[in-house]
Amino acid sequence: MTTTHPPARTGAGRLLLIGGRVLDPASGVDDHLDVAIEDGTIVAVGTDAAGVFGRSAADDGASDDPDIEVVDCTGHWIAPGFIDVHTHLREPGGEAAEDIATGSAAGAAGGYTALCAMANTSPVCDSAAIAELVWRRGREVALVDVFPVGSITKGLEGRELTEIGQLNACAAEVDFFSDDGIPLADTLVMRRALQYAKAFGAVICNHSEDPDLTAGAQMNEGAVSSVLGLAGWPHEAEEVMIARDLILAGGIGARLHVPHVTTAGAVELIRLAKERGVRVTAEATPHHLLLTDDLVADYDAVMKVNPPVRTASDVEALREALIDGTLDAVATDHAPHAPEYKDQEWEHAPCGMLGLETAFAVVHTALVATGRMTPLQAIARFTTGPASVRNVGQHGAALVAGADANLVVLDPEARWTVDAHALHSRARNSPFDGRELTGRPVHTLLRGRFTLREGVVADAAVVA
Amino acid sequence: MTQQPRHASSPAADAATTPATTPATTPATTPATTPATSTATSTATATRVAPLHHLLGIDDLDAAQVVHILDTAEQLLPIATRERNTVPTLRGKVVCNLFLEDSTRTRISFDLAAKRLSAEVLNFSAKGSSVSKGESFKDTALTLDAMGVDCVVVRSGSSGAPRQLARYLDVPIMNAGDGWHQHPTQALLDVFTMRRHLGDLAGRRVVIVGDLLHSRVARSEVQALNLVGAQVSVVAPPTLLPPEVERWGVEVVPSLDDALPDADVVYLLRVQRERMHRAFFPSTREYQRLWGMDGRRLRQLKDHAIVMHPGPMNRGVEITGEVADSDQSVITEQVTNGIAVRMACLYLLLAAPAVDEEAGR
Repeated sequence: MTTTHPPARTGAGRLLLIGGRVLDPASGVDDHLDVAIEDGTIVAVGTDAAGVFGRSAADDGASDDPDIEVVDCTGHWIAPGFIDVHTHLREPGGEAAEDIATGSAAGAAGGYTALCAMANTSPVCDSAAIAELVWRRGREVALVDVFPVGSITKGLEGRELTEIGQLNACAAEVDFFSDDGIPLADTLVMRRALQYAKAFGAVICNHSEDPDLTAGAQMNEGAVSSVLGLAGWPHEAEEVMIARDLILAGGIGARLHVPHVTTAGAVELIRLAKERGVRVTAEATPHHLLLTDDLVADYDAVMKVNPPVRTASDVEALREALIDGTLDAVATDHAPHAPEYKDQEWEHAPCGMLGLETAFAVVHTALVATGRMTPLQAIARFTTGPASVRNVGQHGAALVAGADANLVVLDPEARWTVDAHALHSRARNSPFDGRELTGRPVHTLLRGRFTLREGVVADAAVVA
Repeated sequence: MTQQPRHASSPAADAATTPATTPATTPATTPATTPATSTATSTATATRVAPLHHLLGIDDLDAAQVVHILDTAEQLLPIATRERNTVPTLRGKVVCNLFLEDSTRTRISFDLAAKRLSAEVLNFSAKGSSVSKGESFKDTALTLDAMGVDCVVVRSGSSGAPRQLARYLDVPIMNAGDGWHQHPTQALLDVFTMRRHLGDLAGRRVVIVGDLLHSRVARSEVQALNLVGAQVSVVAPPTLLPPEVERWGVEVVPSLDDALPDADVVYLLRVQRERMHRAFFPSTREYQRLWGMDGRRLRQLKDHAIVMHPGPMNRGVEITGEVADSDQSVITEQVTNGIAVRMACLYLLLAAPAVDEEAGR
């Protein structure tokens, strides 16, 4: 519990997190330690961290020093702020569903301090001007750091390369490129994108699906689609494309990131490529780690997503791959859609699910609370894992003196029922609505400032 | 040609009018008590039949409900086919035909069925999705709700649209065909037609031929046939078989010629010519050779076997004129029976629940 609330202090001063379990994948630390923060920077981590403020560790927090805010983290986990390498913030162009302020608020509520905003906005993020707009808007909102993703090709058209060098050199320093939502089908363009990006140390992230095999697809192809009369999305479509991309990236020595892996076969391909030294990273979404295609039976378009939710055996393969590290990161593919678009007939409704505010709880409930992953392993998939995908500055870095105080404080015991209407996103399309989950962020700190305090998201304007 | 000529099994016309003329005081089971095909057993089970709230798909029904619908249709068949052909059963009820996909035949059949029961019919046709008009499908549903209709008959190119509608509205929804998913009244009228020709369908062999992948008729048909105990074989180009089709409770037969000698019913599905442009099969000529029903194959059938088609036919592709016009073809009879079956469904959805409530007071 927070024992003092100096209202004027938004983090510039001294902060002491006491009694929590520090889970820091970058340093391998899993221990009960205090964290001292001053002016947005970690100044000490340890049993005697309070000492840097001239206090004794035995102080119970009933401090009479008004310049130190003491936060009691007993029973809670203290971890680096989460990083999402796959977020659709929709701004510019899609503000009816989400904008950078509402999406950042959702991120803060979910324990995130860094979001990578996908490029399929309107206009597309295929110029330094748009990338800087998104990056600067994130800074203004100041609830998370927004790292723009550039498109691989101009206008997501799959033909001409985006000015990768210009985006890399601009203020947003874009080093991650994706036409996410649209597969880059042309093998020659894909090969050249990998070759070109390599020169800038940039990563290519291809939405891995053979578009010929998924034309008109509505859900996972299988026994359920067969009965529901919906065109199937065969798992081979994903695997064929991932195989191609792994072969191309391996040949060039370029950096490839595979987004939203969903099939057991795809996991095998990535595992094999990693063994052979291909420079590949990969992610799985919370929804693909939990949901299965039988949930489509009601034709509620909230369950419609690209790639689709698959079968129980695919879910199990993804979980194993997340545990063994074949999948480096949990990424949300947070994809808000205005209700009027999801209230269409299934085939006319757009694909996409909300994810930021439920991601940790889903993974915690499915894999940590069940004992399949250690807390440290799970936290790694939200921090060091995504930090290995692209450059996100100090996010995910070790919690040591001198580092930015980008932190999340989690209550692993919190049981809560997801209410789509109570989320911070402007949209309501959460597939977890009504589910009971355990584990929830209590506080999120961006450079020492509370973006989430006691479960309440800070006002963007005040923080800014 | 058939075991039962068209009207031989019809109950007396006045018996058939009983449920229709005095709906408020007639027990719900009355319509099932007198059809010639109904046995004492089916009458007894009819008393325990669960009421229908919607007709979204055959998979929502149990065997007793299917038999009850067929028995009711048997009662209503004389009204469906005779000259002076209305009864006041649904007077004052408004049935909305919401047709979001072109379908003149099915719409007319539902239209006739409702009018013969004296319902008012509201035709609401729109092509394409709601969003192209700037509103959501839910908005369209709420508009109908605001108009105060008593039942919505919905045809949509989108699988699942009737189920979504049932979530948005409180009135009974009848599925008149959705995407590739279900076409329950077609399956019911087909089983009704089979029963009139073959009697009890338990153990009978039905061979379904053609494009099952894109067929809402096939999905409903297989489920209805399984419920009445028939054995179903399917024959199709492998590209037009749905994924894991064997889990539907059918036997996949590699060759049509092998399937024909044991068949009691050959059910041909419409094959759209444009499918060959997406490499489902090489040519209509090859399709006709391998999976088309022609005179030579007709002669392999047992004498009592019948040939069926949901229409409209592609003569020369899945069926030749010789077969379509043969004595063993019951394709036009399916159309007539469709009116009676749709009347039965409307009756059970709109009139029978009121009777149940009345009886319960």
